[in-house]
Amino acid sequence: MHKLDPEKRLALLAEEARKRQAQASREDVPTLRIVMSTCGLAAGAAETRAAFEEALERRGLEARIVAVGCLGHCYAEPLVVIHHPASGFPPLCYYNIDPGKARMLVDSFLLDGDPALEYVLGAMVPNDLLPAVTDFPRFSMEQRVVMEHCGAIDPHSLDDYLALGGYGALATALGRSPGWVLDEVARSGLRGRGGAGFPTGRKWRLAAEAPADSKVVICNADEGDPGAYMDRTIMESNPHQLLEGMALCAYAVGAEEAIVYVRAEYPLAVRTIQRAIDDARKAGLLGERILGSDFSLHIRVFQGSGAFVCGEETALIQSIEGRRGMPQHRPPYPVEAGLWGRPTVVNNVKTLSTVPAILTRGAHWFRSIGTEKSPGTAIFSVVGNVTHAGLVEIPMGTTLRTLIFDVCGGIPKKKAFKAVQIGGPSGGCLSGDFLDTSIDFDSLTEAGAMMGSGGMVVMDEDSCMVDVARYFLDFTQNESCGKCTFCRIGTRHLLLILDRITKGEGREEDLELLDTLSRDIRDGSLCGLGKTAPNPVLTSLRYFRDEYEAHVREKRCPALKCRALTAFYIDLDKCARGCDACVGCCPVEAIFTTRGRKKAIDQELCVKCGECVTACPPEYDAVVRVSPAHLAPIIERPQPSEGRG
Amino acid sequence: MIALDVDGRTIQVEAGITVLEACLQNGIFIPNLCFVKTRKRPHASCRLCFVEIDGLDRPVPSCTQRVRDGMKVRTDTEPVRRLQRSAFKLLMSTHICTPRECPTQGRCQLIRTAKLLKVSLKPSPLERLERDVDPVVRLGPLVHYPYRCVLCGRCVHVCGEESGHGLLTFAKRGFNTVVATFVSEGEEGPCAECSACVGVCPTGALTLEAPETAESEEPGRAADSGG
Repeated sequence: MHKLDPEKRLALLAEEARKRQAQASREDVPTLRIVMSTCGLAAGAAETRAAFEEALERRGLEARIVAVGCLGHCYAEPLVVIHHPASGFPPLCYYNIDPGKARMLVDSFLLDGDPALEYVLGAMVPNDLLPAVTDFPRFSMEQRVVMEHCGAIDPHSLDDYLALGGYGALATALGRSPGWVLDEVARSGLRGRGGAGFPTGRKWRLAAEAPADSKVVICNADEGDPGAYMDRTIMESNPHQLLEGMALCAYAVGAEEAIVYVRAEYPLAVRTIQRAIDDARKAGLLGERILGSDFSLHIRVFQGSGAFVCGEETALIQSIEGRRGMPQHRPPYPVEAGLWGRPTVVNNVKTLSTVPAILTRGAHWFRSIGTEKSPGTAIFSVVGNVTHAGLVEIPMGTTLRTLIFDVCGGIPKKKAFKAVQIGGPSGGCLSGDFLDTSIDFDSLTEAGAMMGSGGMVVMDEDSCMVDVARYFLDFTQNESCGKCTFCRIGTRHLLLILDRITKGEGREEDLELLDTLSRDIRDGSLCGLGKTAPNPVLTSLRYFRDEYEAHVREKRCPALKCRALTAFYIDLDKCARGCDACVGCCPVEAIFTTRGRKKAIDQELCVKCGECVTACPPEYDAVVRVSPAHLAPIIERPQPSEGRG
Repeated sequence: MIALDVDGRTIQVEAGITVLEACLQNGIFIPNLCFVKTRKRPHASCRLCFVEIDGLDRPVPSCTQRVRDGMKVRTDTEPVRRLQRSAFKLLMSTHICTPRECPTQGRCQLIRTAKLLKVSLKPSPLERLERDVDPVVRLGPLVHYPYRCVLCGRCVHVCGEESGHGLLTFAKRGFNTVVATFVSEGEEGPCAECSACVGVCPTGALTLEAPETAESEEPGRAADSGG
């Protein structure tokens, strides 16, 4: 028996990785870690990187630039972490670094040793010199299990992952048995992070026990909720963790084939995950006889064409088989007969990425996080009217209030909180009464929302809930596959009714119709998309009924959002004589001069774009928006002859 | 043979069939449009054949349930009828009923369903929805009337799976979904004019005859077909 066991083989690989890392980084050379995932690139990280490179070259300085994944702090992008050992400072995190600041940092910090503290968010580690980011609620109240290494390691480097003990769980599992993995995952109480929260251990056990020669594992990375980007970020920031999770799942259920189903709209994620697969195969961590064991696994990437409904597992499988992406009736469930009729495990990116940590630290440790029925952490992409938008990983059981107001800094511009939409277009809008709801699968479902895959949109007082419901219905009816009657035609009716309410053409009976039709669509649809599509309507009707009634009965939009129900006028007491800041900005020439040489708006011509509100100098603040529209005083335009008199 | 209880009546059926088939075989009408016996997996798209089954907490499409011995089925409870009426009204909001020209000559599944559900053929309280389709479309040698089509998918199934021609398919998506073909207008392509699709269409949306617009202009012919 000269064969090395998997753990020893992995230890050798990790040692080589650490050696290569030590060679690459030298103590006297500063390291710049730039967040270059899609969120960073959108904020201009590529330009920032180019500016750093150019400035370094001009000054003749040597520095190592590493492109890292997302730290989750998307509000502060482009983010750069500079470690300049010679300066005596700990690694510093810089926020909103545009090319100008990048050039300045090269000169002041790398050349002169002045860290320009006004641009520092904090130090990355606790120290005696300056506050560390870990002291801020946005960092300290999070608990990172899945995203632990996101933003810290180079996603394109297998060495970075190996050096941190990566693939350790896989090596351990290979030395034990598939049964051990199944038991451990079942004991951990992990529930699927794709939305429904099905116990992962039970799903895997069903697939493991299904009699078949060949089985398949599919990672569902067809993330499509508006405003949600958790899966993309994980794939772009730590792809090997996902691959390790997939390998563990495949080993547990007895699959030798696995597919990452990722939408083609995520080109960087596709490239990153493909490269990770190639690197892992070359290192013997994927492919034939992994780490010298008898277990083989081939993982490939399948690019979805972007249909929202293909995130539903049966539609996803149809799409891989080359058919029209339409959901199928279940049962049979994919674990019984999935891709090409073979038993198939379909798990979300976050579910699979959680597994290596569970096996490394134990089911008991995982259960110590979160609530009894929903152990572990939840990852949300918190967007909308919130100060610190971005990706947040918090223990299950945290309240919505803590997440929105403490971790994410609350509502900007001193506005009031109005609602939070959880679970994307399939979820619900919860009002302020629900802020103390605990974030876990069961509590959110009870409140009428759902955990969903982790999209969270926070809305302030300026959001019209009827308009929000209309927005989500517009999305779901557009993404309906057209198979079943309720979803295909029903969501279209819902959209049309909401549309006419926001235009002031709503009728009294529309509220009742919205309610009954929504319930029928929920109870009658074929798949999860249809069953949950009316949720935004049902929850907003329940918690914000007064807004619907105001639209229908008084033709009034309380949030002053719906164009047809509002009007702009200029308060003549505030308007300054002779000022014409608003006149030039009006695209339809609706603003005229009154007899008193002040300004007024011709309601016939006004298209309600709101440009005049922006143009009116703040010291006058004379433009007023009202609803219903007839509240705007009518001011006669002076006749040309009068104007001169 | 196994026995099941439907609305208090005991019926004997062979094992392995669906509840919908069991009922239809025994003269118990359950509205249905998309069911085809030869499908391996139920299409379950028309959402009309709901029933309540003891042990299940909400109505389920009877085409998705296999019969079990001693099963208790109810076909006319209030929750069942509510969903059926709702689905029917939704279908009627996109379906244009023209009894005089309709090739089903009154034997339309929709009319039968309306009678059972005791509702009119009008979509009210829903409004009629406009679809962005031509009234008459040539699908190879077939003539298709999209406004009659309820997208049950029977034609797509029999053409592809049973006849093996694969001429018909769904195209576009969501509300704009239509039955379409890759064969050019008027050409045969792989179509053998077996008329399997015409035979299974529950609403007379497919024919192999010349477009009706020409037909209905001839006096007398339209009147013959009755209402």
